[in-house]
Amino acid sequence: MTFNRRQLFLLSAGVALAGAGGLTAAPARAEASATDKRISDFAGGKEPGTGKITLAAPEIAENGNTVPISVKVDSKMDGDDMVDSVMIVADGNPNPEVATFHFTAMSGAAEATTRMRLAKTQNVIAVAKMADGSVYMDKKEVKVTIGGCGG
Amino acid sequence: MGRRRFFASGADASSGGTNVNKKLLLLAAAAVSTIGLARLVQAEPTTDTLEIDGKQMITRAPAPEGYPFKEVLSGWLFREAETRATEADSFSNPGMLAVERGEEIWNTVEGTMGKSCASCHNDASETMKDVGAHYPKWDADAKRPINVELQIDKCRTENMGAEAYKFDSDDQKALTTYIKYQSLGTPVKIDLSQGDMQSWWDKGKTEYYTRTGQLNLSCASCHEVNMDKMIRADHLSQGQVNGFPTYRFNTGGMVSLHNRIRGCIRDTRAEMPKAFSDELMALEVYVTWRGTGLSVETPSVRQ
Amino acid sequence: MATPKPRVKLPKKAKAGETIVIKTLISHEMESGQRKDKEGKVIPREIINKFTCEFNGKPVFACDMEPAISANPYFEFNAKVSESGKFKFTWVDDNGSVYTDEAAIEVS
Repeated sequence: MTFNRRQLFLLSAGVALAGAGGLTAAPARAEASATDKRISDFAGGKEPGTGKITLAAPEIAENGNTVPISVKVDSKMDGDDMVDSVMIVADGNPNPEVATFHFTAMSGAAEATTRMRLAKTQNVIAVAKMADGSVYMDKKEVKVTIGGCGG
Repeated sequence: MGRRRFFASGADASSGGTNVNKKLLLLAAAAVSTIGLARLVQAEPTTDTLEIDGKQMITRAPAPEGYPFKEVLSGWLFREAETRATEADSFSNPGMLAVERGEEIWNTVEGTMGKSCASCHNDASETMKDVGAHYPKWDADAKRPINVELQIDKCRTENMGAEAYKFDSDDQKALTTYIKYQSLGTPVKIDLSQGDMQSWWDKGKTEYYTRTGQLNLSCASCHEVNMDKMIRADHLSQGQVNGFPTYRFNTGGMVSLHNRIRGCIRDTRAEMPKAFSDELMALEVYVTWRGTGLSVETPSVRQ
Repeated sequence: MATPKPRVKLPKKAKAGETIVIKTLISHEMESGQRKDKEGKVIPREIINKFTCEFNGKPVFACDMEPAISANPYFEFNAKVSESGKFKFTWVDDNGSVYTDEAAIEVS
């Protein structure tokens, strides 16, 4: 079987990324527009503002399989000041959706932490939808590295 | 720089032949240039300390006699902050799920003799306390070193009428993790004066420094000569084994020691010795000794 | 894969009106549906797709989960307690199984 240079590059890229938790079977990835559409759908067409929501993610992920992230929305979670939900998307994954957190008055605070998979270096975006319909977002770029020797 | 070294080593890229050879040469070149790059970037292990459930872990120990480094360092020190934090929090450490599963197995009757581990060994937190820190030991019956996995198999076949575990079965990994966990914090120390342990140590040491595989690498190539340097984005540790079985983010599950060593050898493009073979048992004896004084961290968390 | 085991961590006691931190973990491979086996066939997706937390029957927090959530899903979130009672946690598997765990809390 012969490979041209481009095929060999993709092959080795695929092999390298295969260690990253099996999210990539092929070089396909969520187009920026697919992510934008998800955000737009979630936001009910509104343009998300900045502020109020903070997304924490490592600058460099030691392994793309398990990347800790957390979100925090500045809200009293009381009366009119309530967070309805927070959606997390990743614009370079095969599918952009990661998770949607649903909060209630009993949450006490609109904060959540979890661990996610990142197929490659990309942006992780958190979008908060408030009870009054207003929408905010935060974005962080996470570098996903390739180790020297996977084992 | 990588390419120049490749040609200087005598490998001839124009040797044509089949495209399979070309692919191998490409990989070899990548490996050589990778090792070459490793010389450029030196990182530093963290100065953080590790405390798990109020217990202080020894992650830096004084070097034993004849040691290649000034200090014995745990692999924990070489990992990124998030990875280290995951190990430090015994609740969020996914390896603890294996400990829980191991405890279940400990209390489950298996085999023709109607016994569980608990039938003879009662409460593992008492009877297995500090035990894992002193393996591998000398097995006078088999006249070779025995590790925790093989000790479990020995108990199962001889005392329980149960079958030995298939290598790397989930149950083997969980039970080994559970038993090693009873030594969490205890400094690793093996007894080389038992039986022929010393000659197995010698054999393991020779193996450690012997280059193998198409990439012609020895354990020392990465874990001694290039320790503390970056191999692509991985921070090379001393290759200690005090944390095995370990929870690896890479696989999203528990990884046993022999699995990891076989993986390293596979990555040098060499034929992998069988798990628990003489070759790997000798290596386990030697590499465990290299971690003398470090706390058992099982289940450790690594990338 | 062995039966997924959940574990939860939260304080045993709290003051009325206090917001506590709850941590949950469950063993599950979260097979993403992106991987292929040795023969090149896609390994079918099988993940936990929903996590919920209730207190005395009322919803506190929930998460809709996608394959991008790591194996052995971990969550840390908050709950504001005003009375003693029981937390109930559920994890819903693609295959229809539901795993649950409970924890009581004393609120003074």
